[in-house]
Amino acid sequence: MDGPTPIFPTDAPPPSGGPLGSSAQEGSPRKGLRGLLLRALRGRRLGDLVFVNLTRSAAVVVVGLVVGIVASLMISGKPAFEAIGSGFLGPEWLPGGQPPRYGALPLVWGTLVTAGLALLLGVPVAFGIAIVLSELAPPVVRTPLSIVIELLAAIPSVVYGLWGIFILAPFLRDSVYPGLQATWGWTGLFGGAASGYSVLTAAILLAIMIIPTVSAISREVLRAVPVAQREAALALGATPWEVVRMAVLPYGRSGLFGASVLGLARAIGETMAVTMVIGNRNAFFSSLLQPANTIPSVLANEVFEASGTHLSALFALGIILFLVALTINIFAQLLLLRLRRRGAHA
Amino acid sequence: MSVGLTGGSNPFRSVSRRDTIRKWHSHLMLVLCIGAVLIALIPLLSILFEVFRQGLPALSYDLLTKRQYFQYFAGGGIANALWGSVLIVGTASLIGMPIGILAGIYLSEYGQGRPAAVVRFFADVFAEFPSIIIGLFAYGVIVVWTGHFSVFAGAFALSVMLVPIVTRTTEEALHLVPDSVREAGLALGLPRWRVTGSVVLRAAKGGLLTGSLLGFSRIFGETAPLVVTIGGSLFFAKGLDDTSSSLTYVVWRGATSGIHAAEVRAWGAATVLLLVVLAINISVRVITSRRAER
Repeated sequence: MDGPTPIFPTDAPPPSGGPLGSSAQEGSPRKGLRGLLLRALRGRRLGDLVFVNLTRSAAVVVVGLVVGIVASLMISGKPAFEAIGSGFLGPEWLPGGQPPRYGALPLVWGTLVTAGLALLLGVPVAFGIAIVLSELAPPVVRTPLSIVIELLAAIPSVVYGLWGIFILAPFLRDSVYPGLQATWGWTGLFGGAASGYSVLTAAILLAIMIIPTVSAISREVLRAVPVAQREAALALGATPWEVVRMAVLPYGRSGLFGASVLGLARAIGETMAVTMVIGNRNAFFSSLLQPANTIPSVLANEVFEASGTHLSALFALGIILFLVALTINIFAQLLLLRLRRRGAHA
Repeated sequence: MSVGLTGGSNPFRSVSRRDTIRKWHSHLMLVLCIGAVLIALIPLLSILFEVFRQGLPALSYDLLTKRQYFQYFAGGGIANALWGSVLIVGTASLIGMPIGILAGIYLSEYGQGRPAAVVRFFADVFAEFPSIIIGLFAYGVIVVWTGHFSVFAGAFALSVMLVPIVTRTTEEALHLVPDSVREAGLALGLPRWRVTGSVVLRAAKGGLLTGSLLGFSRIFGETAPLVVTIGGSLFFAKGLDDTSSSLTYVVWRGATSGIHAAEVRAWGAATVLLLVVLAINISVRVITSRRAER
């Protein structure tokens, strides 16, 4: 059960009006509809009935919206699946071409690679922050530091994109990528002319954006590790880092995994910041310094001027994105379910 | 004992050398963790610094009071976008918050067993949906249906985003109210709906307020759903059925335009956006952490 058991059992009969209630009713007899309503409300049954059902229908709306979103995407995307079919597996997304080509694979590839790289870069940093916040920082530092880290999550993604275009991308292009090409060029991952607007730039920006999410949840996970666990390790003579690595991290393993998966879900769905720095090139890429594109980015760029098969194909892309995001999300929520239940009161 | 102390092989010495390594290894790893904090702080500071450095000079009376004259050229301000943001986010809050709060009340006060668990799980998953998907939904439902972009389509998308956020924060805020308070209300002979409405909600109003403010600031900075729904006009929206711009829309258009005047406007709009969002977030966090310390 989540939280305290509600103390009003839903199906129990309402308490009958006490002597006070009934005398008040008799004392002020009112006429008409208003009086009837008031008396009914005072008699409790109607008021409770209305209110419970009002809240229940709001809860149904939550579920209904999710179902509605799925249904709407399916209906709008269906014509594209029929018209394009296996064309979705093509190597090029070129809706303006003659004939138009709707190969979704490079976009799926772009989405997965940017999100995966972001996770690779962001998660270690986020775990480090979580360790500092839960194990190292004195209480005086802890609260302001966590507020500051959480501010990173509050910055709108379009502002990240603005910063990415004018600060991050030029910086990486001028100061980081040449060095990267010189040192690691032989791997083939960093070939081509480095423009700054590329897969790697998008991944770095995404990594920055998922750090606050992953670190906040990881901190909660680490906090939930029993103190006895740490004391036991200390009693065996472990150094502070050994306490973290041998006693704290293994205990929170599934929660930390869940936090990372949630970060992956965020990275996959992120739209504006990515579309502003990834270069928007709808083809396969082999080098991380090449421009590319992701599904959310294509949706944001093309939906408002699309029509016919193109629009329907975009909805089909939406379905793909939705399914990927949904799977990852459900996985993350299941991993975090235990933590969430405990955290409901914190 | 004597075995260890004879000759060159001193077990104590080797143990102590291993301990030294372990100690330094520990120091190194913890320093790396602190380094992670610094790595995360650099972008934050850089974003704040750059937005205010480039945006504050762009701020002026004209910028905040005149509408945009051109999408990409100099002239006018961002008042139409400011008005658009207020209208869209205000409408979205009016639609989304009551639904979210009622659903949260259901989960906290009435929901039990499987149905509540299902709703809770849906709300959790729903809150993490990519926002562009919700924009696509609003586009398919409202824009395609009415045949044109509108404030309402954008507000609809944002309200859909708001519902799961408010549902969860409301539930958490209501859980913090002790059951004894509910029992006291019942003991006074109040019906359940009055206990919830006048006692529990009132006791939890701080939590509800912070939850609503955070939800508000989240959708205030949202861009992706608006890009596909509001149409981006240069004029003040005359109503919910009209096309409109928003602060986030101006930032996006300006930043990707490659034209200096539009970029300046984008920095100005980003400054306004960031000031509003940071003001809400900092005050909410400071208040809640102070409350938690008490």
